Amino acid sequence: MALNGAEAIAEAMRQINPDVVASYPITPQTIIVERFSEFVADGLVDTEFVAAESEHSALSASIGAAAAGGRSMTATSSQGFALMWEMLYIAAAMRLPIVMAVANRALSGPINIHCDHSDSMGGRDSGWIQLYSENVQEAYDNTVLAVKIAERQNVRLPVMVCMDGFTTSHAVERVDVLDDDVVKKFVGEYHIDHPLLDVNQPVSYGPLALPEYYFELKMQQIDAMTNAKPVIEQVSRAYGSISGRSYGLVEPYNMEKAERAIVILGSTAGTAKSLLDDLNDPRLGLLKIRAFRPFPAAEIAANLRKCKAVAVLDRAASYGSIGGPVFSEVRAALYDESKRPQIVSYIYGLGGRDTTTDMLKTVYDDLDTIAKTGKPDPVQRFLGLRED
Amino acid sequence: MKLRDIAGSTEHLTCGHRLCTGCAEPIIVRQVLHAAENPVVVANATGCLEVATTIYPYTAWKVPWIHSAFENTAATISGVESAYRALKRKGKIDKKINFIAFAGDGGTYDIGLQSLSGALERGHAFLYVCLDNEAYMNTGIQRSSSTPRGSWTTTTPVGEKLVGKPEYKKDITEIVAAHGIPYVAQTAPSHWMDLMTKVKKALKVEGPTFINVASPCPRGWRSEPEESMRLSRLAVETCYWPLYEIENGVWKINLKPKKKPIEEYLAPQKRFAHLLKPQNKHIVDDLQRRVDERWEVLQWKAEVSQQRSQQKQPPQTPASQT
Repeated sequence: MALNGAEAIAEAMRQINPDVVASYPITPQTIIVERFSEFVADGLVDTEFVAAESEHSALSASIGAAAAGGRSMTATSSQGFALMWEMLYIAAAMRLPIVMAVANRALSGPINIHCDHSDSMGGRDSGWIQLYSENVQEAYDNTVLAVKIAERQNVRLPVMVCMDGFTTSHAVERVDVLDDDVVKKFVGEYHIDHPLLDVNQPVSYGPLALPEYYFELKMQQIDAMTNAKPVIEQVSRAYGSISGRSYGLVEPYNMEKAERAIVILGSTAGTAKSLLDDLNDPRLGLLKIRAFRPFPAAEIAANLRKCKAVAVLDRAASYGSIGGPVFSEVRAALYDESKRPQIVSYIYGLGGRDTTTDMLKTVYDDLDTIAKTGKPDPVQRFLGLRED
Repeated sequence: MKLRDIAGSTEHLTCGHRLCTGCAEPIIVRQVLHAAENPVVVANATGCLEVATTIYPYTAWKVPWIHSAFENTAATISGVESAYRALKRKGKIDKKINFIAFAGDGGTYDIGLQSLSGALERGHAFLYVCLDNEAYMNTGIQRSSSTPRGSWTTTTPVGEKLVGKPEYKKDITEIVAAHGIPYVAQTAPSHWMDLMTKVKKALKVEGPTFINVASPCPRGWRSEPEESMRLSRLAVETCYWPLYEIENGVWKINLKPKKKPIEEYLAPQKRFAHLLKPQNKHIVDDLQRRVDERWEVLQWKAEVSQQRSQQKQPPQTPASQT
C-alpha cells in the first residue's frame, strides 16, 4: 500500500479499533485525526472519537478512558505536546497504557511547523516509553507494537510512537500493511485489572500521596520502565513472526567492523544508510536508536565499544548543556567501558533544516580526524548551520 | 424523597475524610450521592475535596473515583463517559452508570473553564457539580473569579488603597447556560430537598448538566464552623444566591424569599468585616444594588422564558441552519 506516515498510523489505528480516540488537530499530526475521523464516519471502527478542545483535554480524556477500562489512543505534535506536558506525567503515574502518535515538530519560538525532536525530548522523563520511527513502515509497525508493549501486565505504561514531522508524516512510501485479522489477533483484547467502570469494586485513581508513599509509587514506575526493555524485545520478536520485520531496541547498520559511527534517531538514519551504501566502507557505521525510553544503555555500549570515534546527532538542543540529550546519555552509557571511543555531539536539523548525505559525510570525515588526533575538540558542534 | 429514607441509605462518602469542621463540601457531596440512584463514577478536580478524601493508602469514596489534575475534570470525565459508551456499544458493559464531576470554583470558573466548556459543547452525558466557596481555599484563600467584590482574600488583602477584591464575581451559571445544555441549576446545601431534587433531575438527562452549589468555607470565610448551614440559608434569603434552574432553556426560580438585606449575609463572615465600617458603606450599597438588579433580571428571564415555552409555535429556525 502507498501511504504517508500519518495515514499509516491511522491505518494501524483502524485495525486496532481502540475504544476511545481523543485528539486535537495540529500540523503535522492533523492527517492522523482526519483519516481516523473518516474511519469513524464510515463506520469502519466502533471507536468513540472525542474531538477535544485542546491537547490538554485530549490527553485528559485519554486518561479517563483508559482508567475507565477502554483502550485509548491520541496523537499530537509540537505545541500540542507541550500543552499535554502536565498530563504526560499523570498518564504514566496512573500506569495507563495509552498509545500516542507524535509527529515530531519544532517548538516555538519562533513558531515553526517543521521537524525536530524538541517536543518529544521534552517529555523524555515523563515516564512514557518512546519509540522512534525511521520511515513510514516503522511508524505503522511501531503503532501496532506499542499497544502490545503498553498493555503488558508488568509494564502498564503509556507509549509514544514518534515519527519525523513532514519527512515521515507526509512522505508517501510503499508500506506492507498486515491483514486486519492478524493485527486484531496480535493486539488482543484490552484488559486492566481495576477499571473505574467496575462499579461493584470501586477504586480511587489519582489520590494524594504524601512523603510516606510517594517515593515508593515512583519506584514502581522506575521498575516498570526497567521491565519494559525485555518486553519491547519480546513483543518485537513476536511481531517479527507475523510480519517478517523484527526490531530491537537499537538497530546497528554496517557496525561489524566500524571504527567511526554515527548515532541517530528517526528519519535521518535512512539518509545515513543511503550514504553508507554508497561509500561501501566497512570502517563506517550507524547505530539507530529505536527505543529512547527505556534507554538501551547496554546495547549502545556493546555496539560502540570497538569504535575509535562516535558522533551523536541530536535533533534537539539542550540549552546550557554540553551536547544534545541523546549525546549526554550515549556518553554516559559508555562511561563504564574500559576503552572508550572519542565522542562528539552534533546538533542538526532544527526547525526542519535539511540534512543531506553530503553533510553526514563531513561528520564521518570529522570523526576520522578525531580518531587520529584523539581529541574531540570542540565536543559540541552544529551540522548544517548557515554561516552567513 | 423522604428524609427518613435518605438517612437509612448507603453513604458513598464515608466519615474519616479530613475536610475541615464546618466545611460544606462533604455535606453537598453526600446529598448529591444520596440523590443518585444508578451506580455512579466520580471525577474530582484538584482541591480541598480531592486532597482531603484520598490520602493514600486511604480513600473515603465508596464509588469509583478519579482525579487527574486541577483544570481538566470535565475532560477526564468526558473520557470515562466515552469509554462507557464505546464499551456499551460493543456489548462489554450493560449497566446504566451516571457520571458526576466535582470541582471547586477555581477549577470551574478559572483554570477549568476551557475544559468544562469543551465537554459541554461536545455533549457528554455527565453532571458537573461546582462546589463554589468563592476562593482558592486549598492553597490558602486566594481570590478566584468567583470571589465576590469587596471580599478579603490573601491575594486581595484589605489595605490603604484597595479594600478587598475590586472586581465583581463572575456568573458561571449564566456562562454555562449560554452553552444551551439541557439542564443548569443553582442550589445550596441548606436547601437539601432543592439540591437533591435538582441532582435527580440532572441525572435523568441524556447530556451534560451543571449544578452550581454555594459551599460555605469556615476557614476562608472566616466564619464559625457551626454557622455554615445558616450562611448557606442567608445566601439564599438575601437573594445573593438565588435557587433557580434552567431546563431546556426555560428559567425557573425555585424559591422566592422575602428578601433580607445583604448585611445579614455579610456580617457573620470576617472576610467582609471591613465592609461594615462606615467608610466602606458604598461597597455594601453596591453589592446590594447588584443583588437587586440580578434578582430582577432573573425574575424577568423566568417570566419571559416560561411565556415563550407556553406558546404553541416555536420560533422558526432560519433555513440556513436546517
